[in-house]
Amino acid sequence: MTFARRVLAIAWKDLVAEWRDRESLTAMCFFAFLVLFLFNFALGGDQTLIRGAASGLLWLAFAFTSVLGLARSVQGELANDCLDGLLLYPAEREAIFLGKLCGSFSIILLVELISFPIFAVLYNMDIWSQLPKLLLITIPATLGFATAGTLLSTMTVGLRAREAMLPFLLFPMTIPLILAAVRGTEVVLRREAFELAMPWLKLMAAFDLLFLVGSLLTFELLIEE
Amino acid sequence: MASTDGAAGFPGVVPAVEIRGLVKWYGAHPALRGVDLCVGPGEILALFGPNGAGKSTLLRILAGLVRPTAGSVRVAGFEVGKHSDGVRRVIGVLAHGHQLYETLTGRENLQFAATMLGLDRPVDRVAGVLAKVGLEAAADGRVRTFSSGMKRRLALAKLMLREPRVMLLDEPFTNLDLQATKLLEEFLMASKTTGVTTVLATHNVTMGFAVADRMAVLEQGRLVFDARRDEVSRESLRSLFTIQGELWGDE
Amino acid sequence: MVQGAMIGRGCERALGILTVIGLVIGLYIAFVYAPADAVQGEVQRLMYLHVPLILISYLAFFVVFVASILYLWRRDRQYDAIAHSSVEIGVLFTALSIAVGSIWGRPTWGVWWTWDARLTTTAILLLMFLGYLMLRALVDDPSRGATFCAVLGIIGFLDIPIIHMSVVWWRTLHQPASMLRPGPSTVALNMQVALYANLVAFGLLYAYLLIKRLQIERAREELLRLQMELLG
Repeated sequence: MTFARRVLAIAWKDLVAEWRDRESLTAMCFFAFLVLFLFNFALGGDQTLIRGAASGLLWLAFAFTSVLGLARSVQGELANDCLDGLLLYPAEREAIFLGKLCGSFSIILLVELISFPIFAVLYNMDIWSQLPKLLLITIPATLGFATAGTLLSTMTVGLRAREAMLPFLLFPMTIPLILAAVRGTEVVLRREAFELAMPWLKLMAAFDLLFLVGSLLTFELLIEE
Repeated sequence: MASTDGAAGFPGVVPAVEIRGLVKWYGAHPALRGVDLCVGPGEILALFGPNGAGKSTLLRILAGLVRPTAGSVRVAGFEVGKHSDGVRRVIGVLAHGHQLYETLTGRENLQFAATMLGLDRPVDRVAGVLAKVGLEAAADGRVRTFSSGMKRRLALAKLMLREPRVMLLDEPFTNLDLQATKLLEEFLMASKTTGVTTVLATHNVTMGFAVADRMAVLEQGRLVFDARRDEVSRESLRSLFTIQGELWGDE
Repeated sequence: MVQGAMIGRGCERALGILTVIGLVIGLYIAFVYAPADAVQGEVQRLMYLHVPLILISYLAFFVVFVASILYLWRRDRQYDAIAHSSVEIGVLFTALSIAVGSIWGRPTWGVWWTWDARLTTTAILLLMFLGYLMLRALVDDPSRGATFCAVLGIIGFLDIPIIHMSVVWWRTLHQPASMLRPGPSTVALNMQVALYANLVAFGLLYAYLLIKRLQIERAREELLRLQMELLG
């Protein structure tokens, strides 16, 4: 019970802080929009080409955007030694990890939800009727990204080259997620039978499970100096 | 060198802080090179030393934030690194940073702390410590808008919320306004009477001398001086600093 | 103690000599003894480098996985040294294997690079462990770096099957792994001999490099210890 309360308290304070400043949120949304906007030029404005590549573009935009948010989430705790303060509480280390994870997950998911209409308009896609299915793909993908990202940014947080290091560690490891999300989204947007997305969902579940268990087992080792 | 075994003054009493052969290396750089130190219950130990002497590292090891290279450390009977949760339940820390979230209000910060500590009746407890530090009126403003003195007082309120048995204070006198200094001094004295142990690192000799009943000097990772307050005069402590040829102490 | 070191040194020299002999024989068989491929011609001989290199680098990353678990469990620097050294050799072998494969692929497939499943997985593997080495270089405190990298080594290794699966489903275009497939062999006998001979030779090379690398690590440890004695 106290465990759950602690997880929620950490996530809550991250979300409240984010809601008041909207620092990450604005930056991430704007970035997602920009990436989606610019990809259009990369494909020379060819409509069939764009529609074919749309889900890939969407998830690349999300992947880049997530890195922004993930880096800030742990980095933010460094100001005024807040991370030390957090670690000094007699709280389960797992609760601290899960709290940070919940906070990042919510913020990334929020950015994705805000980006969907932009995507729909820019790429001329009808996503509204497919939204529940789309969420079925988006949520496990985002969870995996947030988990791996929280774990890895714990390692890169104090480093000189952290801006470069986090994506360098994160992207190779999360390729299964990106591939699964892209293919899953394609299935949904092309209105193919949803069974076709099932293997991808299972793959994402396996990925999420590996990183969740791995993070919970090792987080304590990562945070002590 | 005077006795490094402070608990000797309290025979038969389990020391609140017990450090044995503590060594810490950061890569190829030594931070602590063999420190033995015991602090008895209710003692206030002032740890003096120039910057880079290892004071902060020592406190961080006591708090369980840094893993020592060698040696053993016990806080209130709990072995640091083994029974970390026990250690975290009894300690209270004031660090260089105030460890407050600037986007949250003062009250929200304390409520967050209360939840993390798993306190009963958090609302009352928070209101209580806010009153003690005189921040009831300002508590619902965001910490970002606070003056640095107010932030220190809020940090102190957070420390009070924990009701620690062992307090680890790193440069607690810097950035304090007059009111906060007095508040801290009173809190230290009040805590002492209830048997709370304090280790404070500072290079403010005047303040250290005013509150501590034991002085120790750490230099280049070694304890070079350790005496009870009645064994040492302020002048002799000061002369020790001059002998070390260092102009430190922020007076 | 001294005698033990002498024996160790003797073994190491023997291993070194064995490695050289193995490589000479392996390369002789690969480039002279084995017949040229009926379809691909001489260039197919690169397979005798490409395949052993990649198989040994898989072995190296498996060693990293095991050593990383042991390090987190026992907290013995020795295991970290093994993991670190093995990653370095693994990265080197993987990079060489990709380079050789690319040279082989140009005349065979007509391209330097193709996004086929195994090739892509291997490239991701290389990127992942390059990240491992970069992270280690960037973390100032060696014991923290060791912990971080142990976690990376374990989770990264377990991630490989997931990555591979995802990439296979994404696209498949490669000759099936004929060596590992049960049933009647499709590879000519002396080609098999060439492959296995090189596998053994590169395995020896891996072991030799690992031992050499560990000696450097031990010397560094000794230097640090002396430094600690002097300053501490």
